[in-house]
Amino acid sequence: MQQVPAVEIDGITLCQSLAVIQYVDETRPGAKLLPADPKKRAQVRMISDLIASGIQPLQNLYVIQKIGADKVQWSQHFIDRGFKALEPILKQTAGKYCVGDEISMADICLVPQVYNAERFKVNMDQYPTIKRLNQTLLEIEAFKVSHPSNQPDTPADMSA
Amino acid sequence: MAANTKPVLHGYFRSSCSWRVRIAFALKGIEYDQVTVNLIKDGGQQEFQSVNPMQQVPAVEIDGITLCQSLAVIQYVDETRPGAKLLPADPKKRAQVRMISDLIASGIQPLQNLYVIQKIGADKVQWSQHFIDRGFKALEPILKQTAGKYCVGDEISMADICLVPQVYNAERFKVNMDQYPTIKRLNQTLLEIEAFKVSHPSNQPDTPADMSA
Repeated sequence: MQQVPAVEIDGITLCQSLAVIQYVDETRPGAKLLPADPKKRAQVRMISDLIASGIQPLQNLYVIQKIGADKVQWSQHFIDRGFKALEPILKQTAGKYCVGDEISMADICLVPQVYNAERFKVNMDQYPTIKRLNQTLLEIEAFKVSHPSNQPDTPADMSA
Repeated sequence: MAANTKPVLHGYFRSSCSWRVRIAFALKGIEYDQVTVNLIKDGGQQEFQSVNPMQQVPAVEIDGITLCQSLAVIQYVDETRPGAKLLPADPKKRAQVRMISDLIASGIQPLQNLYVIQKIGADKVQWSQHFIDRGFKALEPILKQTAGKYCVGDEISMADICLVPQVYNAERFKVNMDQYPTIKRLNQTLLEIEAFKVSHPSNQPDTPADMSA
């Protein structure tokens, strides 16, 4: 599909991370990645899409290559814009995690976006709820083992 | 808030994301009120800020909560209202519907929405064409695999809801749709359906007179 990520699973190939994540959640046992309550589930999707449609596509590699010299300022702008919207939403929805007290797809979207924000030197002190949630989540094994610093293709000078 | 209060959609006639929500409401037979927001003129108003802090449309007040992000709204409505389902029961088909929807809603539309093209400035048409072409070039072979009468098999889904407004945008930016025969065929089929007509940008309360159907 000339996209990352693309996942070959159960005889089909899927792209689009949130489609993959929800497919896995619906077909595998274990802790659910979306809440049972429809309103909470909508909030998880809203937060996930705010990031996956509203921020990340504007600062991914392909786009910033087209932007060229202004790419850092461009990326900071769109991350700040998205986080300014996300912070008050999370103030309403968050408990221990993004929505209530269960880890969800929203948390899965948040951590990598904060990593990108830090790469582009966004000032995270402006977003105390996002900052607090990110710190909590980074302590969790699944978020550590999957971290960019721990992958087979991580360059030596970036390895954990 | 009473359970039978009508949902309120804060939308804009030509916002493709707002159109997605309008299609979903129409497919499910849901009556709703519209508060039209002109992003170009009203974008700075404080009142709108409190409903949707992103200053984007659509935002929907429903069942006592406010939701933004069209696909979150659509799936919420699908899960809580009766009527034909907007996502298939089969998990693989459901994943394909979400994949196609996200290809459009994350991979194409955000790169050519009003806010971004205002920042791009003079090159905005070329920029928009580029990203729509790039997305459609990826989508066309996927749809060749998944489509029956509609995007995924023979039931209307969230994927179809995303496709039609994106083709409308493609045409606005003069993308050559003959390159994408499956997309073109699906779009033509879907535009014949009442829910897609009644929700069309040419038929909204805020449609300018010279663009009305």
